[in-house]
Amino acid sequence: MNTGVLLFDEQEMLHQLTHYLPSQTPLKDFVHHNTLHAFQHLPFFEGIHQASTVFGYRVFAELDEYRQWYKKGTIDDRILRRIIAEKKGPRQVDDWMQRMKHKTYDTRQTPRIGQFRNLWKEVLKIDLNALVHPILFRVLSNYLDQGIATWSFPVACTGLLEALLELERNSASSLFRTTKVRQLFRSGSYTLTQLLDELVGNTSYYDRYVFDQQFAHPGWSGMVAAIAQQPETLLAKRPVSLHDLIVFELLLELDALEFQTKGKWAPLAPLYQGKSLGLFDPMEVTELDEVYRLWQDAFEWSYYDQVLAALKVTSHGPEAASQSPQFQTPPQFQALFCIDDRECSIRRHVEQCHPHAETFGTPGFFGVPFYYLPKGSQAYTKLAPGPVQPRHLIKERSTSERRIKLQKDVHFNKHSHNFHSGWIWSQTVGFWSAVRLVDNIIRPSMAPMASSSLNHMDPTAELIIENEHPDDMENGLRVGFTVSEMANCVANVLLSIGLTYRFAPLVYVIGHGASSINNPHYAAYDCGACCGRAGSVNARVFSYMANKPEVRALLAQKGIYIPAETQFIGGLHDTTRDDMVFFDEGLLNVENRKSHDSYVATFTRALDLNAKERSRKFESINTKKSPERVHRAVRKRSVSLFEPRPELNHATNALTVIGGRYLTRDLFLDRRSFLNSYDYRIDPEGTLLLAILRAATPVCGGINLEYYFSRVDNDKLGASSKLPHNVMGLIGVANGADGDLRPGLPSQMIEVHDPIRMFFVVEQVPEIVLQAIKSDKNVYEWYRNEWVHLVALEPRTHRFYVFSEDAFVPYEPIGQAVATAPDLLTLFEQHRDALPVMLLQNKH
Amino acid sequence: MDHTLFLLFIFPLAGFISSLLISPKNEGALSWVAFTSVALQLLMGSYVFWVWLQGGFIPLSESDWALYRIPGYHFTIALYFDRITAVFLSLGTFLTFMVTIYSRYYLHREDGYKRFFNTILFFFLGYTFTALAGNFETLFIGWEMLGISSFLLIAFYRKRYLPVKNAVKVFSVYRMGDVGLLLAMWMSHHLWHDNIAFSKLVDYNWVDNYIQHHSGVSLFVSLMILLAAAVKSAQFPFSSWLPRAMEGPTPSSAIFYGSLSVHMGAFLLMRTSNMWEHQLTVRLSIGLIGAASAVIATGIARVQSAVKSQIAYASIGQIGLIFIEIALGWQTLALLHFVGNACLRTYQLLTSPSVVTYLIREQQYTDMTHHRTVERFLPRKMAYTIYTLCLKEWNLDSYLYRLLWNPLKWAGRKLDFLNFNRAIWGFVVTYSVGLFCLYNQAYLPSYAISRFIPELCALLGLVLTLKAFTERNRASMSWVMVMMSHFWVVLAIAFNEPFDFGQVHYYLSGVVVSGGIGFLCLRWMRQQANSLDLARFHGHSSHYPKTALLFLLCCLGLSGFPISPTFIGEDVIFTHIHTNQLVLTLFVALTFVVNGLAIIRMYARIFLGSADPTYVNY
Repeated sequence: MNTGVLLFDEQEMLHQLTHYLPSQTPLKDFVHHNTLHAFQHLPFFEGIHQASTVFGYRVFAELDEYRQWYKKGTIDDRILRRIIAEKKGPRQVDDWMQRMKHKTYDTRQTPRIGQFRNLWKEVLKIDLNALVHPILFRVLSNYLDQGIATWSFPVACTGLLEALLELERNSASSLFRTTKVRQLFRSGSYTLTQLLDELVGNTSYYDRYVFDQQFAHPGWSGMVAAIAQQPETLLAKRPVSLHDLIVFELLLELDALEFQTKGKWAPLAPLYQGKSLGLFDPMEVTELDEVYRLWQDAFEWSYYDQVLAALKVTSHGPEAASQSPQFQTPPQFQALFCIDDRECSIRRHVEQCHPHAETFGTPGFFGVPFYYLPKGSQAYTKLAPGPVQPRHLIKERSTSERRIKLQKDVHFNKHSHNFHSGWIWSQTVGFWSAVRLVDNIIRPSMAPMASSSLNHMDPTAELIIENEHPDDMENGLRVGFTVSEMANCVANVLLSIGLTYRFAPLVYVIGHGASSINNPHYAAYDCGACCGRAGSVNARVFSYMANKPEVRALLAQKGIYIPAETQFIGGLHDTTRDDMVFFDEGLLNVENRKSHDSYVATFTRALDLNAKERSRKFESINTKKSPERVHRAVRKRSVSLFEPRPELNHATNALTVIGGRYLTRDLFLDRRSFLNSYDYRIDPEGTLLLAILRAATPVCGGINLEYYFSRVDNDKLGASSKLPHNVMGLIGVANGADGDLRPGLPSQMIEVHDPIRMFFVVEQVPEIVLQAIKSDKNVYEWYRNEWVHLVALEPRTHRFYVFSEDAFVPYEPIGQAVATAPDLLTLFEQHRDALPVMLLQNKH
Repeated sequence: MDHTLFLLFIFPLAGFISSLLISPKNEGALSWVAFTSVALQLLMGSYVFWVWLQGGFIPLSESDWALYRIPGYHFTIALYFDRITAVFLSLGTFLTFMVTIYSRYYLHREDGYKRFFNTILFFFLGYTFTALAGNFETLFIGWEMLGISSFLLIAFYRKRYLPVKNAVKVFSVYRMGDVGLLLAMWMSHHLWHDNIAFSKLVDYNWVDNYIQHHSGVSLFVSLMILLAAAVKSAQFPFSSWLPRAMEGPTPSSAIFYGSLSVHMGAFLLMRTSNMWEHQLTVRLSIGLIGAASAVIATGIARVQSAVKSQIAYASIGQIGLIFIEIALGWQTLALLHFVGNACLRTYQLLTSPSVVTYLIREQQYTDMTHHRTVERFLPRKMAYTIYTLCLKEWNLDSYLYRLLWNPLKWAGRKLDFLNFNRAIWGFVVTYSVGLFCLYNQAYLPSYAISRFIPELCALLGLVLTLKAFTERNRASMSWVMVMMSHFWVVLAIAFNEPFDFGQVHYYLSGVVVSGGIGFLCLRWMRQQANSLDLARFHGHSSHYPKTALLFLLCCLGLSGFPISPTFIGEDVIFTHIHTNQLVLTLFVALTFVVNGLAIIRMYARIFLGSADPTYVNY
């Protein structure tokens, strides 16, 4: 087989495999991303079709679902007809309508992956998965374990194979059942290719075999690949590589075959009778695929068109006309929120509760990327969007010892697991458990085991924000920012949201986080722009910077004059509990302090209303009660052990508006929209827009597609129901004791989501938008391949231009009337389902 | 004695039955029924407790209700309420109550909300039966209900392969315990010449007298009880099923495998302690099994990186200690220990998803570099060996499988030459010969009748059931073979001892009715799905839930589920086997056990384990 080695490139195979495997990092660093990122170099429909043919993923909603949506009117008949006409020609409309609405299709499919390796089962009647997976998962889980086991992996972790070899050589018991494989492993005289040689026997099938093998447990393989790429994601370091995993699995397979057949087996390749074995060989697009695509397009545009119809109204509105500063009195306070769709409604409530308030949206790390080191912590926490590599470190300097005192819960103590100490435990703590159980069920309350957004930072502790000495470096990170760096950070944010004049005396900078209990996916609830953490530190750091006189002096040189009496104040919005806290209130001047106290009442009212709005989708809460009482129930829900949906996160997200607030201020968007503030007038070159899109496209697109795919195939691309989940090694969840890891989102997070691609609306001249997206090929790929949709709203003519096939083409909404929302509180009480885009009445 | 204890069945039974009648969409009504019936049971329990207290803690017992009565045999429901019952019943009701409240929100929108509450209430009914049982028959009824509800809850996510596979695995381990209990029942019939009520065992001298005279038999009974207890409580060497049972929603795992179901072994030992406390051998065995379980389970728990498995093994370790306490006669301590352990593990399991937040935070703020465990004192070779063994769970899972099921499978494969027609015709011919011989016994040498013909018939039954168990191709063939094996068992007993044909009819009517309906279900299913092989999981319950339910009922009927005619028939059958007929007993018992396995395997493969019946998943 020597000649074959030339054909098989081990490195290339590993590279390809890493590319296609799920890339979700351990739970504590959960960040949303496009589940099918491997196919993003292809146009959306083509990419998902490949994914579906090769890996057997469902990539659309069920055919019946689309038909139901059509019946209910969620899919608009006019839109559907228009899309068929565009794609298939006007004469084909009725024909396709007929097929889409009534024809029976066989929607089952058999994926390509796995077919080759399945021959072991078909021909030899040996279920290798059943024999190999349990021990393989167990070894992997124990090796990677971050602290569940009392007795952790006993060998110094230098690499999976090396550690296992060390264990095997010094142990009287073996992980292998046959002497042959045991000796082979202990001798160390084998390579990945040689093992494949033995098992498969034909070089041209090696790639295929390894893909089949690894995709039989994509969860664990993906986790290994992700850790190999970002070893720092584990607090207890565990060097590991896909190569080691594959070698170990091949050895286990060899062992199982030897054991089951007593040595009487032959390599797999000769058993294969079929034709080509290429996973990615050309694949056929069926009529059913076409039907799905048309339905999906129609489903999406039914919503998009609604949004555009509404934006058409607001972009013509009186407020839009009066954008020039002389028409406006300065607002009494301003508030910066994260662009997150969950902040969409709180901004509306704040503005409605206080007519002279103005809100802005910008990614929740507020333009200051850094690592954070709380007092007493053993590790840095990254507080920046996933792709950004921070170069600064912010340390906490605390005078009190409060922080270090971790609250303990005796039930998580590992002494309860030994028979001797456990004897005392069960005779004492056991009775306390009964009390806790009753208490927790009847009167849920915050507990040490919960994840609380407030725990992220000690608000009383001092942060080292300013760099004290240029040489003050730690692990290659500068401790604190220099004044000029601060000025740059602040200027960038203010410019990008268009807040360069008209400063109110108080500017709130409000990050967000979430609190939940019994929730391994807690990191997915926090701020995505802060790498799955709360945004409190960033808000506080930004405010400090913007308040610093030296920084303001430099800002003035850049043309941004912040009045001396203006003060920035950091805060944190807990999106699960709808609570808000503010930091460093003591630094406010007397005047601002007084106004702040009255604005706190505004925020409190807005939060109550927000809780009420959210509660309309919560079955267990009676929405009809007063906002205060609903809010109390919402808080209780967030700490209820038995509540698998403390909040609904990004479910239903579908829209990103990049433009002035006047476009959306009077719209009811039902918490479906990311809102990034942007002033086209100060960005004639599109450079600010590019910076916004660089962050917003992968963040919003990633969140949206993760929800999309987890929704349409919750079994393969999501994590299924979270109710039976078992936490493995603190890094992932699995079903039962010996199941594969389950990346993706659990069904409880996605069940109310509508699978719609993200729709970006940018308020800017189409040519400038085009220039901006084209100047970054990573950003451009998203739009060109239509993994997200893009529309430019020409600010002067108020016309829409859809981005399609490398160009912007004019788009006119079908002309549906935009409904005006009745009283919102009544609306919340009467509707549990998704609501259309509506105009708000009662203008202030 | 009045019927105070029977009152304790009103609410569990009413709750279960009404929960069956509610629409699956009506979550509110389902959880309300569960909540209310368990809450009312709490009140009723308090009332009975009060009655008991008024009576000065003297055990209450009732045994009025004979389900089936023939000369020489009567099947009586007997109830018994003493300190052990009080503790188990009150804790069980309390925890079930908590879990029903918990699940009301937790299960919201879950596919199978109704199924979940049906099963929980069925479990609760079974638990009440077991805890209140006043004789072996009643206990066995509860015991089997616990087994079936376990199976249904492990396979709650019935569209997925692993839960179903594990459910079948756990059921088959349970089945071993059932054999133990069945044999214990059979032997104690012979020992006491009656189906003995537990209340009678309180008389120390009376019991002691019996045991002195039948030391061999009573040792056998006690060891069979121990087998049943060790299986149910996941003691060594049966421990590995417990972590694998954690496939259902967390609250069901918590109540079943964290607390109530898994302690039933300890309950059985305490309930029957009057029977074995005179025998040192038995006490030693209980103690040794407990000690081995405690040590081994602790080792395995220490290396677990999956949180629920860790709690499962920790719980096994504590139950091992409870076994030791029981063996030593420290019942009060054992009861306290049970309560503490059950509450602790329930709570730990319910909060197990929080382990990520809690431990990650602890890790972030604790310097772990000097964190060492006690194993550092061991020599390296020893430490690594123990680690590897614990990592592999001492191979308990695979040994159990290889020792017990591989021989069965091997034997079944030897019968591959039997196809459907051969089997049917072979059966008709041989069985006719058998029947002919039965009615013309005069022509047979009496030596043959007493020595080997019953055994031969039973063996043929066993062979058929083995074939049914290993059949990979046709489901209906497997099903028919199970039915035929019942016929052979009857023939065997008919040869063994002349007995009333009424009993035979009673027994076989159960087999024929449930078997016949089941057969029709299979035929119908086969028409819908074209093929119905047993080589893989089809998951037909997703499209045909009603057929699945009907077939499940047939399965219960055919496998001799308590109160079904088949069950009483089986019980009667055993009374006609003599104490010295070990081979016959073994064959008949094995036939019943393997029948149960074959049937559950069939149900699982045809109706569960796959999201889409025709979807091939690699």
